[in-house]
Amino acid sequence: MVPLNRRIWIAGVCLAGNAVAVAAAQRRFIVMASTTSTEQSGLFAHLLPAFKAASGIDVRVIALGTGQALDAARRGDADVLFVHDPAAEEKFVAEGFGLKRLPVMYNDFVLIGPKADPARVAGKDIAPALAKVAAQGAPFISRGDKSGTHAAELRYWKLSSVDVAASAPKGYQACGCGMGPALNIAASSNAYVLADRGTWLNFKNRADLALLVEGDARLFNQYGVMVVNPAKHPHVKAALAQAFADWVVSPAGQASIAGYRIGGEPLFFPNAAR
Amino acid sequence: MSTALIEVRHASVRFGALTALAEVNFSLHAGERVALVGANGSGKTTLLRLLHGQLRFVGERSAALDGQGREPAQAMVFQRPFLLRLSVWHNLLLALWLARVPRARRAGLALQALQRVGLADQRDRPARVLSGGQQQRLALARAWAVRPRVLFLDEPTASLDPGAKREVEQLIAEFAQEGMAVVMSTHNLGQAKRLATRVVYLEAGRLIVDAPTETFFNHSLPEPAAAFVKGELGWSP
Amino acid sequence: MGGGFADSLRAAWALVTGFDARLAEIVGLSLGVSASACALAAGFGMAAGAWLAVARFPGHRAVVAALNTLLALPSVVVGLVVYLLLSRSGPLGAFGILFTPRAMVVAQTILVLPVVAALTRQLIADAWRGNGEQLRSMGAGVVASAALLLLHERLALVTVVLTAFGRAISEVGAVMIVGGNIDGVTRVMTTAIALETSKGDLPLALGLGIVLLGLVGAINGLIALVQRWQGAHAQAAGQ
Repeated sequence: MVPLNRRIWIAGVCLAGNAVAVAAAQRRFIVMASTTSTEQSGLFAHLLPAFKAASGIDVRVIALGTGQALDAARRGDADVLFVHDPAAEEKFVAEGFGLKRLPVMYNDFVLIGPKADPARVAGKDIAPALAKVAAQGAPFISRGDKSGTHAAELRYWKLSSVDVAASAPKGYQACGCGMGPALNIAASSNAYVLADRGTWLNFKNRADLALLVEGDARLFNQYGVMVVNPAKHPHVKAALAQAFADWVVSPAGQASIAGYRIGGEPLFFPNAAR
Repeated sequence: MSTALIEVRHASVRFGALTALAEVNFSLHAGERVALVGANGSGKTTLLRLLHGQLRFVGERSAALDGQGREPAQAMVFQRPFLLRLSVWHNLLLALWLARVPRARRAGLALQALQRVGLADQRDRPARVLSGGQQQRLALARAWAVRPRVLFLDEPTASLDPGAKREVEQLIAEFAQEGMAVVMSTHNLGQAKRLATRVVYLEAGRLIVDAPTETFFNHSLPEPAAAFVKGELGWSP
Repeated sequence: MGGGFADSLRAAWALVTGFDARLAEIVGLSLGVSASACALAAGFGMAAGAWLAVARFPGHRAVVAALNTLLALPSVVVGLVVYLLLSRSGPLGAFGILFTPRAMVVAQTILVLPVVAALTRQLIADAWRGNGEQLRSMGAGVVASAALLLLHERLALVTVVLTAFGRAISEVGAVMIVGGNIDGVTRVMTTAIALETSKGDLPLALGLGIVLLGLVGAINGLIALVQRWQGAHAQAAGQ
């Protein structure tokens, strides 16, 4: 009878799916909340297997915006945080949700824009570059999602004496989206956009976009790791999470970070305190 | 007078604004074979459903209860029987299950019923591929298997060809002879004459005539009934 | 855009013929999660839908209207609600199933349960309208009628389950939020497509989409073949 065959088939697939879940539950693992830009840079695919080999611990990464990642950790849904917004991270520790914050590495932001560069921003200085974009009214895509990148973008606008909250320049558009989608939009509308180098290097849909501004010291983006405080959430796997935090700032972890390259170029620069 | 198997008094049934039955008095006794006749919409089907206890109504309905306070066993056969997408055999077994017949007895009763109506060789065929006449015989088997004391039939042969009609009428007559009380609605006055001991004529929800068959067909009737019979038969008694 | 589609077809072909282990893992998880959700939803949904088709009680029409409204439940909303329920700070956090396939099954079951229930209700109500009286005459109560009509309409119910499966396997909002799209653990086809899209790898994303459609098409085709075979078998038995 048809229903019987179908039921057997469905049951078989269910059992297979369940077996996967059960097997997963038995491994040692922690949940790490990080950002979409970090995951999309490909760093984790390089770094986490090294950690697994050293410790036998699986790290399960959920990639969200920085704000969401911190919220998830506040709710106790993650064991460790790996984000890049020092101000928000310090606040997180001050609120008692995180144990000590350890600096790990930095990467940098770059200003991407159309190859033709109508606003003539190309160079090494971010403040005048953004001022020119605002003056020209050239199209600019903002992530607008309270992420670390978005927070950085707002800081740079302040440096250029442009108050986007009060009066956004003509051509300024916030998409409320991740780095990849923002680049997609910029590619299809020939706009300027502030991106992290990692996502840009991995981004395949460039159309007419090119890297225009880089190297300004103010464009550096500092990463920190924090273990979620077990006093607030007793179920947190504090020991395993601490093992990760300790490893990533150790010489072995730092070397692994430095060893991650795209097209021969390093993406992240380890700077854990010695 | 023997106690009525099923009786209704001052019964009225309304569907919204429509009055399907108005102030009907009717009682059924063992051994009777009643034909309900009348035009479409006269209330024949409604009366059947009411007697069978399947309707909300205003008035009184009573039945002769057995030692355990249960009504006499009843079954109903419809113009087009609802058969499940299963074999003939399983349709029968399910009917027995619904009638709460103990599991051990079901197979035996089902086999008996199939043999009674001459469908034993069809038992494994899907019920819905049977011919119209065979399906109706299956419906009769389904009814017979639960040993009803009252058998209701709603235009049971209206959709059948003459040969099948004869087979079904034959079975109904035999069941009645075995002791079942029969209440049957029909358009076919010849059928009423052949099978019934008593004929009831309904018009616009009212019971106009209730007489033994002999009386109904051979003596003068009130005008609307007479017109009906003339219309159906082509001649007046 | 024509070049884009050609690249996608090539990407899809490469994926399928390459027998990529990670792709197989993702496909397997998609099938497992959605099939489990459908099995659960079918069990509860068909019972509820059939019962609702046959039972009558005050407020019945309101319940049916509410059920039909749930058909439009957005998957993100389901994902969000289930996330809040399963979060460690939520009422069911102690189970610890957030960010695991089990949470995804829960979310998808909740999503497709109304689909199964509403479609089943419609199907059984139609059958009941014509034939309910005869079933009642034979002594069937609400539960027996519902069960018999489900058995009677089993072939049409296969389509209902397939519809639910299609809805489950193609949704992304719920599994993204409660699963977290964790590589190797909770990444399914739709979340993989979303990820590749946001990384700008559009040919790969579309390629995965083509694989997904092909998969669902193959399953539907298989079911149709089985039904054909069943039909032919019944015909033969009929002789």
